[in-house]
Amino acid sequence: MSERVLMKGNEALAEAAISAGCKCFFGYPITPQTEISAYLSKRLPKVGGVFLQAESEIAAINMVYGCAGTGTRCMTSSSSPGISLKSEGLSYIAGADLPCVVINVQRGGPGLGGIQPSQADYWQATRALGHGDFHVIVLAPSTVQEMADLVTRAFDLADEYRMPVMLLADGLLGQMMEPVVFKKREENGKSFDKSWAANGHGGKRKHNIINSLYLEATELEEKIHERFKRYDEIKAKHTMAESYMTDDADVIIAAYGSTARLARTAAEKARSLGIKAGVFRPITLYPFPVNELREATKTAKRVLVCEMSMGQMVDDVRLALECKIPVDFFGRTGGIIPKPEEILEKLKGV
Amino acid sequence: MPKMTVDFSRCKGCGLCIPQCPKKIVELDTTKLNNAGFNTAVCVDDDKCIACALCAVMCPECAITVKKEGKE
Amino acid sequence: MPDFQRPKSLCDIPTHYCPGCTHGIVHRLVAEIIDELGIENNTVGVCPVGCSVMAYDYFACDMMEASHGRAPAVATGVKRALPDKVVFTYQGDGDLAAIGTAETVHAATRGENITIIFINNTTYGMTGGQMAPTTLPGQVTQTTPYGRNTDTEGFPVRVSEMLATLSGVALAERVAVYDPKSVANAKKAIRKGFDFQLKKQGFSIIEVLSTCPTNWGMTPVAALDRVKNELAAYYPLGVFKEGAVRNFNA
Repeated sequence: MSERVLMKGNEALAEAAISAGCKCFFGYPITPQTEISAYLSKRLPKVGGVFLQAESEIAAINMVYGCAGTGTRCMTSSSSPGISLKSEGLSYIAGADLPCVVINVQRGGPGLGGIQPSQADYWQATRALGHGDFHVIVLAPSTVQEMADLVTRAFDLADEYRMPVMLLADGLLGQMMEPVVFKKREENGKSFDKSWAANGHGGKRKHNIINSLYLEATELEEKIHERFKRYDEIKAKHTMAESYMTDDADVIIAAYGSTARLARTAAEKARSLGIKAGVFRPITLYPFPVNELREATKTAKRVLVCEMSMGQMVDDVRLALECKIPVDFFGRTGGIIPKPEEILEKLKGV
Repeated sequence: MPKMTVDFSRCKGCGLCIPQCPKKIVELDTTKLNNAGFNTAVCVDDDKCIACALCAVMCPECAITVKKEGKE
Repeated sequence: MPDFQRPKSLCDIPTHYCPGCTHGIVHRLVAEIIDELGIENNTVGVCPVGCSVMAYDYFACDMMEASHGRAPAVATGVKRALPDKVVFTYQGDGDLAAIGTAETVHAATRGENITIIFINNTTYGMTGGQMAPTTLPGQVTQTTPYGRNTDTEGFPVRVSEMLATLSGVALAERVAVYDPKSVANAKKAIRKGFDFQLKKQGFSIIEVLSTCPTNWGMTPVAALDRVKNELAAYYPLGVFKEGAVRNFNA
């Protein structure tokens, strides 16, 4: 596929995952990620891949552990409550340095919450995706096109750094339809070292062990230090953000994912009223694009963070700006999508 | 000559091999300890060993090797 | 009886198991079968959480360490990615029959083409001898200091019988390792399990009644007697289901 097609975000993501070489998908039904599973159950077996509906989110993420441990590209997807169940497995996957892609099409929480779009899992994704000292790379798409593009990026980053990569989307992006172009993947793409994989040693090497257990504290500390060095490299090389009308802006709206789309509309309306507004949109949530934010807010007197939550990313914005610029917050939660007019009203007050 | 030998460093002295021996020639050597602090099993009469390997079959440490007559 | 020596697939390093623990015997049987089938190069083993958590150091094939109870799910992931490799899990009773019940039952009912070696010694060995799902009625453990009371703690799970009711299961057999004869039978059963897998004929589980001398407070020899007299009385040895679930390559 290389023509423009009209697709739901979830389906575009699923199709792009197959193009990116995802061979196996393990999942468990939950709204609003439903179309990802449905699409892959139809398509993956046709292209020699594996679709397996597991008995639980816990089983699904552990199937990913086993599959990733063989060096095979694989993925799971879920929505907020399901991601909580995957926490254990994600911690083990991070501890065993396995590459995989995890999709969270966020819905409202806590608990069963609701099934409307939400961004209330930012803290979970960037800070607390499981026990122990670890991070996963978190990418936040804002369009259906980006749902497709970033999942490809996610597989490459996962393989390059041997760690889980999460796509943090939301129900709005998952369900909306937009035109999308599937870029042809270069045949001679980067190949990644999989010599660590447990896939039968063939008598050619010592046995490989996929493991996260280190009973010697010094050995475990060393492992974690090594992992954090990789995080530092990712911070230096792979942060991504988009700045819109920020060059001369007095006030910057910082928002990610679908909220950033509404922020753009609000900023454009503000400009028409003579308020010099711009939008800063982080694409990598971990690592947070600190330098990009500082650059985008060079002329800004105020920053307004806008999220579909009670305020989570706002912490990272404040940390990045080191209190040099006042930071305000506007959010709707519980599955309510903020209206551009609401954001504009808040902007006027800032 | 049939021979069962016990890896002195591996044996944990659990004694599971002892009751299996049809010739009653496996015992714990209480005169010395290995590095791990265990009295280890020994064959006290090589001549009587018939290389049945029943001792080895019950050894959880795989510490017993049995060789048959005429073999190196 | 041939010469007896350590199988090639069992790494030549000391184990961390307590003296007299029968994990070592079962490890050796699995390694012997891997040698006999000539599959060391193509096998991936999955370890549990429990006493055999470090079994990955002992088997010479590629190994993975799963989180508690999830070994059948991990093995499923391996097997689906590499259907031509041999995949086995090695799990204890707490791992398989308590925290990992769902993963076990569903791998079985899917007819997942893997082999599970299930060590039933009626206790949580690694954590110091707490009540397991398989702890016998009346058995004293760290968390049933007055003996397991079935009114409040419920009844032991007979895993092999339970799994034998599932259509995806090719082999559900219970064996023991309390004397050389039972060890020989155990080996035959484990071999059967691997054979079913090699022919892609479905899920196989071999439950092995085993000892925990340390937490039972018994000598290793007395512990073998307990397996023979008490465990085998509650958990009868035998085949509960045997037969190909499917015949892809037969």
